[in-house]
Amino acid sequence: MRIPYPVLLKRTEDTPKWLPVVTSVGAVLLAFIISGIVLAATGANPFKVYSYLYKASFGSWGAFSDVIVKATPLLLIGLGCSLAFRMRLWNIGAEGQFFVGAFMASAVVMVPLVNLDTTPRWAIISLMAVLGMLGGALFAFVPGILKAKLNINEIITTLMLNYVAVLWNNYWIFGKWSESGFQMTKTFPKSAWLPRLADYAKQVPAFSGMTLHVGILFGLFAAVIVYLIIYRSKWGYKITLIGDNRRAARYAGINITTNTILVFMVSGALAGLAGMTEVSGVVHRLQERISTSYGFSGVIVAWLAKLHPFAVIVVSILFGALLVASREIQPSGISFLIQGITLFLVISSDVLLKYEIKWVRPAQETAQ
Amino acid sequence: MNWIEIFRSGISTGTVLLIASIGEILTERAGIQNLGVEGMMLVGAMAGFKVAFTTGNVWLGLLAAIAAGGLLSLAHALVTIHFQADQTVSGLSLTFLGTGLALVLGDGLTGQTGPVIPRASIPLLSQIPYLGPVAFADHNLLVYFGYLLVPVVTYFINKTRPGLHLRAVGENPAAADTLGVNIYRTRYLYTFIGGCFAGLAGAAISVAIAPGWYSNLTVNGQGWIAVALVIFAHWNPWRAAMGGYLFGILRRFTLDLQGPRILFGLANPFFYNTNLVFFLQMTPYILTVIALIWGSSAARKKRIGAPAALGTPYQRGERGL
Repeated sequence: MRIPYPVLLKRTEDTPKWLPVVTSVGAVLLAFIISGIVLAATGANPFKVYSYLYKASFGSWGAFSDVIVKATPLLLIGLGCSLAFRMRLWNIGAEGQFFVGAFMASAVVMVPLVNLDTTPRWAIISLMAVLGMLGGALFAFVPGILKAKLNINEIITTLMLNYVAVLWNNYWIFGKWSESGFQMTKTFPKSAWLPRLADYAKQVPAFSGMTLHVGILFGLFAAVIVYLIIYRSKWGYKITLIGDNRRAARYAGINITTNTILVFMVSGALAGLAGMTEVSGVVHRLQERISTSYGFSGVIVAWLAKLHPFAVIVVSILFGALLVASREIQPSGISFLIQGITLFLVISSDVLLKYEIKWVRPAQETAQ
Repeated sequence: MNWIEIFRSGISTGTVLLIASIGEILTERAGIQNLGVEGMMLVGAMAGFKVAFTTGNVWLGLLAAIAAGGLLSLAHALVTIHFQADQTVSGLSLTFLGTGLALVLGDGLTGQTGPVIPRASIPLLSQIPYLGPVAFADHNLLVYFGYLLVPVVTYFINKTRPGLHLRAVGENPAAADTLGVNIYRTRYLYTFIGGCFAGLAGAAISVAIAPGWYSNLTVNGQGWIAVALVIFAHWNPWRAAMGGYLFGILRRFTLDLQGPRILFGLANPFFYNTNLVFFLQMTPYILTVIALIWGSSAARKKRIGAPAALGTPYQRGERGL
């Protein structure tokens, strides 16, 4: 198709290292401009919304602590997605794996699996974390094995399983675990809470009211591990090779079936851990709305970070801020809108990485 | 249990899936996978209801829904065709974008009632015992549109010249290109058409089958089920229609299971323990997965596959943009 613009795209191999950063930042800025226009079109004042966004998220230490709390599940899920996407496995099921992780972690308290009064806090929390990861991993095993053995489209299966996970949780919180008819479990005893800054308000008065919990350390630790896997391990090399060139990987004797299942399970385990941190660190009970689409935002976080674990940290904090601020902004779809526009612009900006753009005069073009 | 009513309502709700998945079939036959059906349906549902509600004219609502779905799909077309972006990620972002747009623009519409698509019965056909009341009596007009759509699209794809070009672009774009088919234009066109159908499917919910705007619960995953149906249907409109109706019937069936005290001569567990209903509500999603497994294993046996060029961008060497 010849659009009458004097532009020529030329495939290029040598992209300067700074360019992806510039295009990503540019895409985000542009997304805010476009969203601002949409906001203005719906009658809102975009400047007010954005200054509010900023104040509600970075305006004070308390607000920033909330941002980190929101960033924690995004970070864990974004890391899991980064790993899976490197292999071109589209695990869109983090939302469901998150819910199953939250369910398994809650089971420790609700069944209860251990004596909550005598077991030390660290043991309860460790068990919750391990079971949360196990739950996420097992729930991701299903689409993993279907993809690996039968080549069933994992996007659809993971998405459908998201609904199943939410309904499964509903079954428990509406029924057996319901707290006197409310759609939530009882509050967990303190021994099942992840330590929070607010717990140390006696020693450090500045911490009072801060909701920041240990979960962020899980996330940072996971980022280092995923970094080491991707960039420093043989396994990471295999994953990247399978993602870049399946056939070459197969000729090299890499077992694609096993790796598909494994990557799915690790990705699910991270999402499950995110679910655990949310119930144990934030809401302290299992309830219906424990996720504001973390699973889907995690996809965007991973992509915006260009699947780099350390970039995922930065991007998840930005998105955490967006989530914190959008809690109070009406209409509620604005954060979705900004996320969608951002993702679109990021993938569009990739064309700048793959191609060199040359402006050509029409005369020159006809001469070619 | 009223079987006539179950089948009737199944055909009616199945029409939504039918329209959406036929649109996606057309898009995918051109080699473009658009996973944003859910987002386009939401935008269509919102636009359809909003315009019908504000103008009082339901047909204007339908037009708005078609236009909204089509316009949104152009974002996907631009990014995947010209910028050669990954179709999976682009489709996902389209879902986000559509959901966000629909929620923002649909703000304040919840709880309103607007005009709906009129209902009609087909003379003579509606008199046939069993089949008549199920398929031809007192349905909204979109249901009959669905009946027409299937043979028309099948004929178009398989027997007409533009249909041949469509298939060629999806199976072997390089060959189609040498024959003078404009790959980019064809792909833009069918992505747009797919978007129009998705928008219409969304409006089929909001102004016909379950009138009203219930934010993102309006579509509630049906867009994704439609995408799955396309694979289950082997990119064939007839199978997509059957799948869509089957889903509709099963959905209504699981709903009706909750009513009676006695079920097949036993005490109905879903009546006495309402929490078990959550497992019933899982069935459409689990069935989608099972349908996918079934559909793809059948496809492998019969050696039917996805359009060969599905998901791969076409590039004509060094090109002007």
